[in-house]
Amino acid sequence: MSSIRKRAASIMHTKIIWPITALAAILLFNLFFVPGFFNIEIKNGHLFGSLIDILNRAAPIMVIAIGMTLVIAKEGIDISVGSVLAIAGAVAISLLGVVPLWLAIVAALIVGVLCGLWNGLLIAYLGIQPMVGTLILMTVGRGIAQLITEGKVLTTDDKAFGFIGKGFFLGLPFSIFIAAFVFLFVLYLKKRTALGLFLEATGTNKISSEYAGVEPRKIYLFVYIVCGLCAAIAGLLVSSNISSADANNAGLWIELDAILAVVIGGTSMRGGRFFLAGTVIGALFIQSLTTTIYSMGVPPERIMVVKAIVVIVVSLMQSDRFRRVFQQKNKQAVAG
Amino acid sequence: MNGNVLLKMDDVSKTFPGVKALSGVNFTLRKGEVHALMGENGAGKSTLIKVLTGVHAMDKGVVKLNGRLITAKSPQEAQMLGISTVYQEINLCPNLSVAENLYIGRVPKRRGSIDWKRMNEDSERLLKRLNLNLDVKQPLSDFSVAIQQMVAIARAVDMSSGVLILDEPTSSLDNQEVQQLFDVMRKLRDEGMGIVFVTHFLDQVYDITDRITILRNGALVGEYETSKLSKSSLVSNMIGREWREEDEHRKKEQSYTSEVTMSTQALTRAGSVKPVSLSVKKGEVVGLAGLLGSGRSEFANLIFGIDQSDSGILTLGSETFQSMNPKKAIRKGVGFCPEDRKVAGIVGELTIRENIVLALQAKKGIFNYIPLKKQQEIARKFIELLRIKTPSMEQRIDNLSGGNQQKVILARWLATEPSLLILDEPTRGIDVGSKGEIRKLILDLAKSGLSILIISSELQEMIECADRIVVLRDRMQVGEISGDHMTETNIMKMIAEGGGSHEQYSQTGS
Repeated sequence: MSSIRKRAASIMHTKIIWPITALAAILLFNLFFVPGFFNIEIKNGHLFGSLIDILNRAAPIMVIAIGMTLVIAKEGIDISVGSVLAIAGAVAISLLGVVPLWLAIVAALIVGVLCGLWNGLLIAYLGIQPMVGTLILMTVGRGIAQLITEGKVLTTDDKAFGFIGKGFFLGLPFSIFIAAFVFLFVLYLKKRTALGLFLEATGTNKISSEYAGVEPRKIYLFVYIVCGLCAAIAGLLVSSNISSADANNAGLWIELDAILAVVIGGTSMRGGRFFLAGTVIGALFIQSLTTTIYSMGVPPERIMVVKAIVVIVVSLMQSDRFRRVFQQKNKQAVAG
Repeated sequence: MNGNVLLKMDDVSKTFPGVKALSGVNFTLRKGEVHALMGENGAGKSTLIKVLTGVHAMDKGVVKLNGRLITAKSPQEAQMLGISTVYQEINLCPNLSVAENLYIGRVPKRRGSIDWKRMNEDSERLLKRLNLNLDVKQPLSDFSVAIQQMVAIARAVDMSSGVLILDEPTSSLDNQEVQQLFDVMRKLRDEGMGIVFVTHFLDQVYDITDRITILRNGALVGEYETSKLSKSSLVSNMIGREWREEDEHRKKEQSYTSEVTMSTQALTRAGSVKPVSLSVKKGEVVGLAGLLGSGRSEFANLIFGIDQSDSGILTLGSETFQSMNPKKAIRKGVGFCPEDRKVAGIVGELTIRENIVLALQAKKGIFNYIPLKKQQEIARKFIELLRIKTPSMEQRIDNLSGGNQQKVILARWLATEPSLLILDEPTRGIDVGSKGEIRKLILDLAKSGLSILIISSELQEMIECADRIVVLRDRMQVGEISGDHMTETNIMKMIAEGGGSHEQYSQTGS
C-alpha cells in the first residue's frame, strides 16, 4: 500500500503528469459533452473520426514543437518556424512537375536546413539574441515564400505528393508516422548520443559546460538546424494536406502553438532539462482543444478567448508556486 | 543580560523534509560588536540567517529586536524591521549608477519625478560615512568588486536600524580590499551597530570580531569571546574533534620525476599576462602565488585555452601548441577546476552523475556515448574514492554543500585521466574539514604521478601542498622559491617587493 502511494507520489512529481492530466481532462470533457467524439468508423479500409482527425492535424505542430523543444532547452527560441514552413511548402510545390518528386522533397528539406543554419549562425556565432535573430527570418521568410510562389497560391494535384499529408498507411494517417519517426529520431539523439547531456548542460550553465570541454556554439548551431529541418518537414505535411502553397497563411502563428506545446510539456523557457514526450502530449492537447472548441460550435470570434482561458488554467497547474498556494488553501479548508 | 542586547534569538528550531537544520539555537547580538557566526558547511549558519531575515519561517523559537518580539515573514519585512543583509553575491544592478543602486525602490521624489540632485547628494554623503569617495553617477559596473561590495553595504547600512548581516562578504576580495572593508566595519561598530559576520577565513575572524558563536550540525556549540578562544579550539569546536596545528605540515615527500608534463615559454596575452615561462614535472605540485589580478588565474586560463595567448609556446608532453581551446586541452590530458565554482564549475540542474561524466563525454565526443551503466560505474567509483557525501548519485549537484560540489568537479577531471590538473582556488568557500581532505587528495594524486598546478589565496595551503612556488606580481613572473624557503613571509616579501631579477629568490629543489 505504502509502496503504491510512494510510486504515486513519485509520478506526481514528474513533469509529464500535468500535460497528461490536461489531455485526459479534455478527452473526458468530450466524452460527456460532444456526442460521437470517440466514434471511429472504417471507410475504404481507413479509420475516420474526431480522434484520428486530431492526430492528423496535430502532426505538423508536433514535428515543429519537437524541434522547438531542443531550441528552448538551450535557452533559445525560434519564432521563424512558421515562415520556414511556408518557404519549404512553396519550394516543394513550385518544383513539382519540374523535377522528380523525391528531388522536390529533398530540396524543401535542404531549404529548411539552410534556414536553420542561418538562424544558428546569427545566434551562436554572432551573438544575436534568439528572439531578434529569428525575428529576421520570420519577417523576411514570408517574403521569400511569396517570391517563390510569385505572389500566387500555388496548387498541385500530384497524388504521390498528396499522400504525405492526406494519405493513409495501415489504416492511419501517414502524417502520424512521419511525426512518430521525427520523435523517435530525436529521442534517439537524446538518449543514445551525448546530445541530451550536452544540450541540458549548456542550457543550464553555458560557462561551466565550456570549461568542461563541451562546445556550446556547435550545439546551438546544431539545434537550430534541427529546428529548421523540423519546420520544413511540417511544411511538407501542411502543403501536401491542402495541396497548395500559401505563402501568407500556411503555418501562420504555428510558432506560438509550438512554444505552448513545449511549455505545457514541462520544458522550462529558462533552458536546461527538456522533455520530448511531454512536448508530444502538449501538442496533442493543443490540437484536441482546438478541435473540441470547433465541434462545440463556439462562435469563431470567441474561440481565442476560450483557448486562452484553458491555456491559463494549464499553465497555472504547471506552476509549483500556484500549486503550493492551492494546496495550503486546501489544508486550511480541511482544518477549518 | 544587560541592556546592551540588540537582537536575541531564543531556542530557534527549523526542520526541512528529512533534515533537522536547527535545533534549539540561541544567538545574541549586542550593540557595537562584530559577531562571527562560524561552523562547517551544513552546520546551520545559512539557515539561522535565513530564519532571521524571513526567507524561511522557523518552527519554534522567539526573536527579539531591542526587546520587542518580531516575526519577519519575508526579506522585505525583515528589511523594514531594520535587519539588513549583504550576501556573498552582490545583488545590485551593474548597469545602473551607484546612486540609483543606493536608492533603488526608495528614490527621493520631487513633484512626482525623481529628484536626481538630492539623490546624488545623499548618495555622496552616505558613501562618505564609509570613507568612500566615488562619482555616484558612474554605472556600478565601472568599479571593482570590492567597491561594489561596499556600495551594497552602504545601502544596507542606510536601511538598517542597527543590525547588519554580512554573509561571506570577503570571499572575492583581495587582502587590501578586505582591510578596506574591515575599516568600514570597525567604523560602523564604533557607531553602535551590531554586525553579524559569516566567513570561512579564520584569520579574518581574529582580525575583526569581538565574539564568536559556533554551530555544529544545527545545534549551538557555544558563544565565546574571540580574544579568549584559541584558533585550535575554534577549529576543534567547529569540526567536533581535536585539531592540532601539527596536522598541517609541509609536503615532505618529493615524488616527481624529471619528465616534463607541461611547460610554457614566454606565454603572453596583452593586458592580462606578461611573458611567463615555467614547467611542471610529472608528479610535481607547482604553486602560483600572487594577489588577485596578478595574472595567476589569467595564466591558468591561457593554458586551458579559455583565453588565447598572443605569443609564446605551450608544450604538453612532446607536442607544442600555438593556440588552445578547452576541448583540445582536455584531449591532451589537462583538467581545470576553475576559480568560481558556481559560475564555471557546476552545472546546477544536472545530477552528480551527469556532472562527473560531462568532461569525459566531451573528451570522447558527442557520438561516442558512454552507456548509462558505465556512467553509473564511474560515478560510484569517484563518490567512494573522494568520499562525496550524498544519498544518491542522481541528486542534483546544487543540493550538495560547497565542499562536496568541489569534490564532484575534481571527480569530473579525474574521470578524464589527466596528466596535468590545474586547480584554481580549490578550497575556497569550503569548510575546514573538507579543506583538509582536498589537500590530502592533492598530495595523493601527485604521489600517483599526476602533475598539479595550484593557485590559492591561502599561502599556507600552497606551502603545504607545493614542491615549488612561482610568484606573480602585476601580471609578471617575479620569482620562484622551493623547499625550506617556502614560507609565508618570503612569499609576501616577493609579492611586495617583486619586480627584481628573475633569479633573485630562485632556489632549485633542496
